[in-house]
Amino acid sequence: MTVTPSARDYSLVGESARRAVESGLAAAEWYHTDIPRKQMKELMQRSDAPAIRDTAIWLGLLVAFGAAGAALWGSWWCVPFFLCYGVLYGSATDARWHECGHGTAFKTQWMNDAVYQIACFMIMRNPVTWRWSHTRHHTDTVIVGRDPEIAVMRPPDLLRVVLNFFGLLDAWHAMVDMVRNAAGVIGKEEATFIPESEQPRAIRIARIWLAIYLATIALALYLGSWLPLMLVGLPRLYGAWHHVLTGLLQHGGLADNVVDHRLNSRTVLMNPVSRFIYWNMNYHVEHHMFPMVPYHALPRLHEMIKHDLPAPSQSMWAGYREMLPAFLRQLRNEDYFIKRELPPTARPYREEFHSEAALAAQ
Amino acid sequence: MSDWIEACAADDIDEEDVLRFDHAGRTFAIYRSPEDEFFATDGLCTHEQIHLSQGLVMGDIIECPKHNGRFNYKTGAARGAPVCVNLRTYPVKVDDGKVFIRMAD
Ligand code: FES
Repeated sequence: MTVTPSARDYSLVGESARRAVESGLAAAEWYHTDIPRKQMKELMQRSDAPAIRDTAIWLGLLVAFGAAGAALWGSWWCVPFFLCYGVLYGSATDARWHECGHGTAFKTQWMNDAVYQIACFMIMRNPVTWRWSHTRHHTDTVIVGRDPEIAVMRPPDLLRVVLNFFGLLDAWHAMVDMVRNAAGVIGKEEATFIPESEQPRAIRIARIWLAIYLATIALALYLGSWLPLMLVGLPRLYGAWHHVLTGLLQHGGLADNVVDHRLNSRTVLMNPVSRFIYWNMNYHVEHHMFPMVPYHALPRLHEMIKHDLPAPSQSMWAGYREMLPAFLRQLRNEDYFIKRELPPTARPYREEFHSEAALAAQ
Repeated sequence: MSDWIEACAADDIDEEDVLRFDHAGRTFAIYRSPEDEFFATDGLCTHEQIHLSQGLVMGDIIECPKHNGRFNYKTGAARGAPVCVNLRTYPVKVDDGKVFIRMAD
């Protein structure tokens, strides 16, 4: 049997990475909708109030559900409390890590930094490594060989996707990376986006985290109980499903190797609970086009520029109805992608960005 | 060359804002602080060549529109990841309602 190798090499030091740099796809100029400066400045304005309110609710609920779960430990009544605790620990932190990493959630920088560190620990993302990987994700969004944060590569590995609803692969890789970093080793791929001056900090944080996890495991052994791990570490697994559910929609099934976020990102209208957990990252085209706009202003930004964007998916369900068949088609033809339609009021796509990919997808 | 070059009218820039100024194949950013003082730096972020004039001025800080890296625009000092390299600054004077910057060679 002959297996045709994929044309896409997702390694950051491989053939696709080299081609992206050579062709100018890396660090290219991206499309932006025109917004008058005055309105843009209003949208970019920072404020502490919304994030303080949301963080108080988030941490308050986290403590309340965790305490109730612990108090009811040993009976089935603890289950619903841990399910809620898990989502606040293993999913809400995905958005908090992200927003505070951009430095836009709070106006006061130390508040962004504090929530960033807490959320990074819970979601198991080294705060140094991920700050830099996310920078690259914004420079080279879904550019193969350049973007270290492509959730579903082509052809899609659907087993991996399913396992990650329980955080299994992500947490495993996070643990391996943590132990490697704690041993003082920065991987070859990590070294492509973390500046040398920052690498010692990544190592120091990995050591602190390793000590916390070892202490938690020691406590669990001492008590002869899983409870300490149900509160620290394991919620990254049993509470991961919501951030995977929402996160897959960000770019799943859409074009790669294009420099227009309208083609490779998806905005999805969501219920208020998911939007709270996800901190409005459902406005994903808007976020990528204007990362300076804080999460609480994204709905306003959406209203302002929707004439220039593809229509948003009307619900998560609608997003999955579009995305899942695309994943299945990509199993047979990895060049297939969903080409989103623009409204007549929008500035057209620059077809040359994706004409080759479109031909291949026929 | 150390001549003063006219960049813009002072009124062209709002308080706590920034304006792009291109001259002789180079690009600059001119700032008006909340205290109504004027400053100038290179126009492109030292991280990835993005025009800072699209960014947000907050007090002494200019935040880059691409990855939210921060500089103190008065001193040029890099003040927040992912920027690590300082920004070059230029002398500025305001004369008769016009903003001039002096470019070093
Ligand atoms: S281009 Fe300015 S922070 Fe990256």
